[in-house]
Amino acid sequence: MTRRTRGSPYAPGDADDTAAMLDAVGVDGVEDLFDIPDPVRFDGEFGIEPRSERDARRLVERTLGRNDELTEFMGRGHYDHYVPALVDDLASRQEFLTSYTQYQPEVAQGFLQALFEYQSMLVELTGLDVANCSMYDAATALGEAATLSQRVRSVSGDRILVPDRLREGKREVLAAYADGPDLTVESYPTAEGTVDVEGLADALDDDVAMVYAENPTVCGAIEPELGAVGDLADDREALFVLGSDPVALALLERPADVGADVVVGEASALGAGTAYGMGTGLFATREDFLRQVPGRLVGVGEDATDRRAFTLTLQTREQHIRKERATSNICTNQALMALRTAVHVATLGPDGLVDLAEDCVVLARDLAARLDGVSGLRAPVNDRHHFREFQAHTDQPAAAVAADLESEGFAVHVVGEHRIQVCVTDANEPVVDRFVDAMAEVA
Amino acid sequence: MSEDGAPEPEVDAGDHAPDAGTLYDQARWTDDGEYEPLLAEKDATAVEIGDDSPLPDDLTRDSLELPALSEPELARHYTRLSQMNYGVDSGPFPLGSCTMKYNPKFTERVAGLPEAAVHPDRSAGSVQGTLELQAELQDYLGRIGGMDAVTLQPPAGAAGEFTGIRIAAAYHEANGEDRTEVVIPDSAHGTNFATAAMAGFDVVELPSAEDGRVDLEALEAAVGDDTAALMLTNPNTLGLFERDIEAIAEVVHDAGGLLYYDGANLNALLGRARPGDMGFDVMHYNVHKTFATPHGGGGPGAGPVGVTAELAEFLPTPHVRLQADGSGYERYEPAQSIGKVHGFAGNWLVLVRAFAYIARLGDAGLADASARAVLNANYLASQIDYEVPYGPFHHEFVASAGDQDAADAAKRMLDYGVHPPTTKWPEIVDEALMTEPTEAEGMGSLDDLAAAFDAVAAEDDATLEAAPERTAAGRIDQVDAARDPRLSWQALED
Repeated sequence: MTRRTRGSPYAPGDADDTAAMLDAVGVDGVEDLFDIPDPVRFDGEFGIEPRSERDARRLVERTLGRNDELTEFMGRGHYDHYVPALVDDLASRQEFLTSYTQYQPEVAQGFLQALFEYQSMLVELTGLDVANCSMYDAATALGEAATLSQRVRSVSGDRILVPDRLREGKREVLAAYADGPDLTVESYPTAEGTVDVEGLADALDDDVAMVYAENPTVCGAIEPELGAVGDLADDREALFVLGSDPVALALLERPADVGADVVVGEASALGAGTAYGMGTGLFATREDFLRQVPGRLVGVGEDATDRRAFTLTLQTREQHIRKERATSNICTNQALMALRTAVHVATLGPDGLVDLAEDCVVLARDLAARLDGVSGLRAPVNDRHHFREFQAHTDQPAAAVAADLESEGFAVHVVGEHRIQVCVTDANEPVVDRFVDAMAEVA
Repeated sequence: MSEDGAPEPEVDAGDHAPDAGTLYDQARWTDDGEYEPLLAEKDATAVEIGDDSPLPDDLTRDSLELPALSEPELARHYTRLSQMNYGVDSGPFPLGSCTMKYNPKFTERVAGLPEAAVHPDRSAGSVQGTLELQAELQDYLGRIGGMDAVTLQPPAGAAGEFTGIRIAAAYHEANGEDRTEVVIPDSAHGTNFATAAMAGFDVVELPSAEDGRVDLEALEAAVGDDTAALMLTNPNTLGLFERDIEAIAEVVHDAGGLLYYDGANLNALLGRARPGDMGFDVMHYNVHKTFATPHGGGGPGAGPVGVTAELAEFLPTPHVRLQADGSGYERYEPAQSIGKVHGFAGNWLVLVRAFAYIARLGDAGLADASARAVLNANYLASQIDYEVPYGPFHHEFVASAGDQDAADAAKRMLDYGVHPPTTKWPEIVDEALMTEPTEAEGMGSLDDLAAAFDAVAAEDDATLEAAPERTAAGRIDQVDAARDPRLSWQALED
């Protein structure tokens, strides 16, 4: 039996249309339109069987169904906060979802305004003057900050200083971006999970182009000496780049107040939820560096009726105009993710956002205290205030503890031979009691 | 101006109103004469962070000011914004080089599966489903591109280029060679030039031959001991297949360089030709183009990179593979890995959509998609009055607006219910209108598009300069916006 449905289900037209179109073009068959020399013609098959929508959907469901259902107490740069239904609903509107970059602003005012509002929220959260409308993720935003430091640094240096505990993946991405402009990535020491200020001072000299710190740090510690870090960087005329996220920024010290020149981080902490590391790079900086900003910027202009309207602006920084002299090669960004972050921020409002941030402090503090009461555990390891997450010492090998925890239905990070890291937010808070019980079983 | 000082709405489409064919009036919300207010103009609420904070005050900011609006108010705000935006489901979207396909709805559903929402640091044993889907997608893409190994980590096409060029750099370095140049045709995507520079290479720009393709003599003169790679799009940005691709590959390989394939135009070739068979060593795939994942107003996309077996050991870490004993999937670090180009595993939920799309279409659907895309471009070109100077083209063509300004012509097309083509690029065509209808349009909609092209072609400059008239906003002065950059609602208060 020959199936009547063949070919792409997403291409309209029947055989009569095809015949009429071929006739109009003046060829006998569609293959005549392919101007491909025989030696490079592909006459094989991919061997990929077409499926109905139902079957394709079931294939994905069945495949992903092989993931174990674990409740995650995980963070380290990728965070889960409950995403309101409004975010999914609005971001699913085809006018946003299926639209292109706003190179025709007159027909794309809605998305431009949403991105302009996203930029404005980051300006409020960071205290810096300018935010772009997204990079890929926190790690690539950090890489872009490094190349910016190379362009704007007022010293002649080529050293980038990062905390010794920086997440390895982030450091590797930074190293990739630093490679082209011949920057060197070096570590400065940390103590109790935050900057060892004396150690940083020792590592600093006039060859340093950029100092990077995080708040909270990768182990969840809240940095107590940010102002001192900013001063040290400033003394050496190095760029001070601070990593954070929109939830932490709502409560912790405002980057502008501690001398930050650039803020990078994961905007996807809001609006995205857990997505196997898919993120949204936050990038904000001082007005001085406006023309060195990577990526797209939305600005205000006027239209022919003298009304305020929005448009992509300062595009002469970008690759499609400036080619090899562009500030970055970025083209496609994370626009829809930025819109999701903005809707989430708007849904929370200032009260909801600060409440959520304070919950991140209290939840981590309470859970650390409870785990500290479990025999075989000590938490938190670092004598610091924490945000969402903290590290705990395990008397038993951490890998064994984590493996046993998986059998109990939970996942945590293993960060050392006898050290785990635990992250708690509004998303997993409802099952904290069961988690503590499980820890008591396995620790 | 009206009596209260607000600008008069200028919605008078009557001046230049066409009276036939499809017309488009975009929703336009105004409030006291201005367009939809900003969130911050609807509300601004400051919250003090005070003594009851769980943190000492030297660790906190003083206050935070943001809009405090209810869910119904926000639903209305963003719904109105969406109505002032144009998507693929709204109408034809023939942006050249962008491949604005229809985005199947079921792929949104599978990307929303709770099983997809796992943390990237989960143990391999507990996320076998995710690793299997990654391995299967790597395999699909390898077959489609004729490549031996594929990484899914690059989060966009430009990130794929960066990955590929870094792989080329690592390969040469491993061979003890110091190669400093990347050769790129003048008609290439701007990202190619920017990527090569970002990766620390000098760019050698290759002039096109008179037929719009690579000039072999110029290529031979440009490549040498310093050549790390040639970056090439095939078919090129004019939609032309590089017929000399075998000779091009030989020239580059003989000089010791690698051949990089920019996958932006792969939708022209599915099932008909594969970059791997043409001699390309490295390529990226734009899954948001070829594999129909939504463009999302600029992203997220994904830019997987395929390589030949010889280059597989340089792929980013971690890579995913079936374990040797076939018992499950594992992550591992390739022997000479270039490291990482994304903090985690790239744009995972975009990759899930791409996998679902490929699984749905299979061989027959993918080949049909390319056939229809190429037929549509050729049919549309045959129906319009503007000249198309270069051919034979495939999935896209570049028309010339002739004496008209291409950007003005594009603005006018908006009034006819279609998104205009990419304009003024590539520069080899005067007043370029780079047009890629994709397979998503049927004959009727292509006829609408052709009618829009022809109506605009017949209009005078004054009409074009006054356009668009029916969109949410009138023509925006971008020069003025760049002269006085105001990039946040805070900047508007100054």
